Amino acid sequence: MTAAIHEHETPYQPVFVGDRRKELDALFPLYPTKMACILPALWMVQEDRGWVSDAAMAEVAQVLELTAAYVKGVVTFYTMYNQHPVGKYLIQVCTTTPCNICGAEDVVSAFMEHTGCTDLGITSADGRFTIIEVECLGACGFATPVMINEDVVESVTAARVPAILAGLK
Amino acid sequence: MGYPQPSHERETPVLSKYFGDRDATSLDGWRKRGGYEGLRKALSMTPAEIVDIVKASGLRGRGGAGFPTGIKWSFMKPGDGKPHYLCCNADESEPGTFKDREIMRWTPHALVEGCALGAYAIGAETAYVYIRGEFTEPLARMRQAVREAYDAGILGTNSMGTGKRIDVIIHKGAGAYICGEETAMMNSIEGRRGNPRIKPPFPAVSGVFAQPTTINNVETLAAVPHILVQGADWYKAMSLSSPKSTGSKLFSVCGNIARPGNYEVTLGFPFKDFLYDLCGGPLPGRTLKAVVPGGISVPIQTMEEAEASKMDYEGFIEQGSMLGSGGVIVFDDQQNMVKQIARAARFFAHESCGQCTQCREGTAWTTRIMERIRDGEGTHEDLDTLFSIADNMTATTICVLSDSCAVPVMSGIRKFRSEFEALIKKPKFHPVTAAVA
Repeated sequence: MTAAIHEHETPYQPVFVGDRRKELDALFPLYPTKMACILPALWMVQEDRGWVSDAAMAEVAQVLELTAAYVKGVVTFYTMYNQHPVGKYLIQVCTTTPCNICGAEDVVSAFMEHTGCTDLGITSADGRFTIIEVECLGACGFATPVMINEDVVESVTAARVPAILAGLK
Repeated sequence: MGYPQPSHERETPVLSKYFGDRDATSLDGWRKRGGYEGLRKALSMTPAEIVDIVKASGLRGRGGAGFPTGIKWSFMKPGDGKPHYLCCNADESEPGTFKDREIMRWTPHALVEGCALGAYAIGAETAYVYIRGEFTEPLARMRQAVREAYDAGILGTNSMGTGKRIDVIIHKGAGAYICGEETAMMNSIEGRRGNPRIKPPFPAVSGVFAQPTTINNVETLAAVPHILVQGADWYKAMSLSSPKSTGSKLFSVCGNIARPGNYEVTLGFPFKDFLYDLCGGPLPGRTLKAVVPGGISVPIQTMEEAEASKMDYEGFIEQGSMLGSGGVIVFDDQQNMVKQIARAARFFAHESCGQCTQCREGTAWTTRIMERIRDGEGTHEDLDTLFSIADNMTATTICVLSDSCAVPVMSGIRKFRSEFEALIKKPKFHPVTAAVA
């Protein structure tokens, strides 16, 4: 179990203090409204915490002078903000048409088999892996692209999956 | 050079000349390759002069719609006392398309230069570059390039010593295909859900932050500095078929093809030669069956149509499809078209923003019906139902995502009907039709 799962049981530690606060403040002059900083602010939350909790949404709302409900509306629109904690490695396999015709479904199966994940979106028992299918990663000529946290691995085949996983510490 | 394939001798590498050349990504490297000469020249001219040159070049939008760039820029009225904005659409998400990714990955300064030039031409001091969140490497390269450009005085309050202010701001998306639609992108930049807006008002009147705005694709903006340096006539002369389609264009090729990758050809290039000569044709022992020439939103072509196509805005329309974003998806004889069209429908159902009923419900219903046909549970009535739903989804919504879902379904049924019928083994009992019978 990661600390993040128990976040609701411990007092919420704000993200926007110290350097993070300065980083956010530096963005304000780049846009005519504070609201425009919502996507960058949510990215900062996710970089620090791995996901965006309700408490973090409330904090973003407070620093940007919005309501928590508004922030939640934005968070839920965009697929890249994790609304739940994910494994140490979030593995996103592109399965949209161009990758599908190049064998992406086999790549998904191989990741499931070799990580012990029982279902898409369900983190493995050891907390290391969460696998999801993702819509078009925009790297169709390098089928199948797989995004592992911040890195995109190109031209993944089912056969390459064990070696890729072995490379993850 | 070329990436991932070396440039073919029949290509026209203008934008892709330095793909794969790591040295071209830095400011020094880019300057050694002639970088920022287009911007330098532009800043010595008036915005109106630049707009005239771009108009004369015949450059049309490379994001999909093909609207003439110079005319779009001329909609921005100088001296209206309002802040103007340029938004660069780098939310490349159209399945089959990965050209903007490579432009930003290998030649980020080409885009920074294009953005600065475009901003100046439309009277804007600020250009937002909206890059999809999944593009982590292009994001890193673009951020680095912008930093270098500020440090060198190319961007900032005194751009290239001319006293003109040009800011380029990278804005990272967060996973939403629809944000590639220009009004949805503006909402996203403003910090809203990426719902498209009703037009009018058009962006040139009321765009991002309710101010006059121009939205251009990455490839469009990257082409402009070349036009400034080499002239409108040079660009206009690059045309092999229709005089309405000028210049070079990047085509991304993926799917069942020997050499996937990006290829840059002069518009009007024969598609047959492109597929079989440049891209190497089918994989060994297979034959090609169908092609989507411009991203998954354009009609599917049979090989007969594809092989007769000229690769330009008019040429693909003549052969039942569209140039779109230039994302070429190739299907071979191993593919079941029903399965792949069902997968395309699922994509659109996932990406619908949900504002318009016809789209929210239509994409979901289309997916369910397509998947049950795929799974051998379909009926002959389902094909009629799909057409009926597709009809309700076409030209009835705020944006064209709904239409885009209907397109592969309708063109797929029309052109590959036998594959659908093969999966529909026998008519199923249906209480309503049974009662009528």
